[in-house]
Amino acid sequence: MKKIAIASGKGGTGKTTVAVMLSRLLSKKFKVRLLDCDVENPDCHIFFSDAPTEKEEVCVFYPEVDTEKCNCCGRCQQVCEFNCLFVMKDRLMFFGELCHSCRGCKLVCPQGAISEGSRPVGKLFNSKVEKNLHLDYALMNVGEARATPLIEKLKKNLKSGADYAIFDSPPGASCPMAETVAGCNYAVLVAEPTPFGIYDLKIAAKVVKKLGVPCGIVINRSGGEDKIIDNFARQKKINILFRIPYSRKFSCYYSKGVIKENFFPGLADKIIKEMLRI
Amino acid sequence: MKLCLTSTGKDLEASVDHRFGRSRYFIFAATEGKKYRVIENSAASASQGAGIRAAQIVMDQKPEAVITGNLGPNASSVLLNAGIKVYQHGGGSVQEAIESFNKGVLKEITQATVGGHFGAGGGRGRGGRGDFSNR
Repeated sequence: MKKIAIASGKGGTGKTTVAVMLSRLLSKKFKVRLLDCDVENPDCHIFFSDAPTEKEEVCVFYPEVDTEKCNCCGRCQQVCEFNCLFVMKDRLMFFGELCHSCRGCKLVCPQGAISEGSRPVGKLFNSKVEKNLHLDYALMNVGEARATPLIEKLKKNLKSGADYAIFDSPPGASCPMAETVAGCNYAVLVAEPTPFGIYDLKIAAKVVKKLGVPCGIVINRSGGEDKIIDNFARQKKINILFRIPYSRKFSCYYSKGVIKENFFPGLADKIIKEMLRI
Repeated sequence: MKLCLTSTGKDLEASVDHRFGRSRYFIFAATEGKKYRVIENSAASASQGAGIRAAQIVMDQKPEAVITGNLGPNASSVLLNAGIKVYQHGGGSVQEAIESFNKGVLKEITQATVGGHFGAGGGRGRGGRGDFSNR
């Protein structure tokens, strides 16, 4: 199974558009699994009439403190890298939203006062949405601070059996994006030819390089001549895979929840060819 | 009486740091006399939870009151739960803050005065805008 991440620095450049188009085009010949890793605001499912309904709750570890056993020695507080514990003379305060579920506190507690607690952080959805195309997405609970546990779970649930897995990454270049792109065979960076677009693309390209994932660029809303992106791509020796022209007709369809992959049939071939070449 | 003051410098002439969790130093001073002790705030550069860790550093020294500029939600939650009185000092030196405390003119803080990440500063448009600070 080949894993391809669709990422960008800037938001709203067309990651989902490219991910859905690529998945549909590939599904004509191959078995495809589309993973919407933008767990804070998943939107791939909007473009399919058969949206997934299956649900699975995702939980993370949090320390359950036995106040009878705890003698407030403070070892847990000292070891906590994330500063979520505060120890007083007679009790302990815990800030769940800061906890990264590392279990360090449980490991060092000499009293054995900390046990395995579990807290729901979001839900997973998945089902077959079209012939040869299966969609997985997760939705983070309101108020949660960390998206990565859900992305980890989505990727962990990915079983073999598909020829291609397409990961629709969250925007930005921080932990959720890195978590999505890490371990992929190839990354497609979707960029728009604007000063904002190039600024964020540069950051995203840096992250992808650091993760050791080869990448190419798809320019969305191309005006034909995209000097601002072309110059950067040439300088960094990153290939421009495809230019999606600015099209009012395409946008009109999109605004109604329809992505017309047949407008740009060459997209999938270009991406796959480049991925296999590397 | 032993006070803890957030400070931008290592002596009583330094200004009171208007942040609590990310204060540069903590000065522990007696209300009478000139004796004081300085502790560098190792929580100042924490990636998260600076207020909580700073409160732990402060409380481990067992002061009887804390004087600072502002208090975020987590720091106020732990300090108030720990039962220590916290006072607000608008600006000026640590020495002046101690004098104001002795005159009894400092306002007591009974809830967070700013939102989270107020003192985090740096990029991402944070810092100094308490009202908008929850990412």
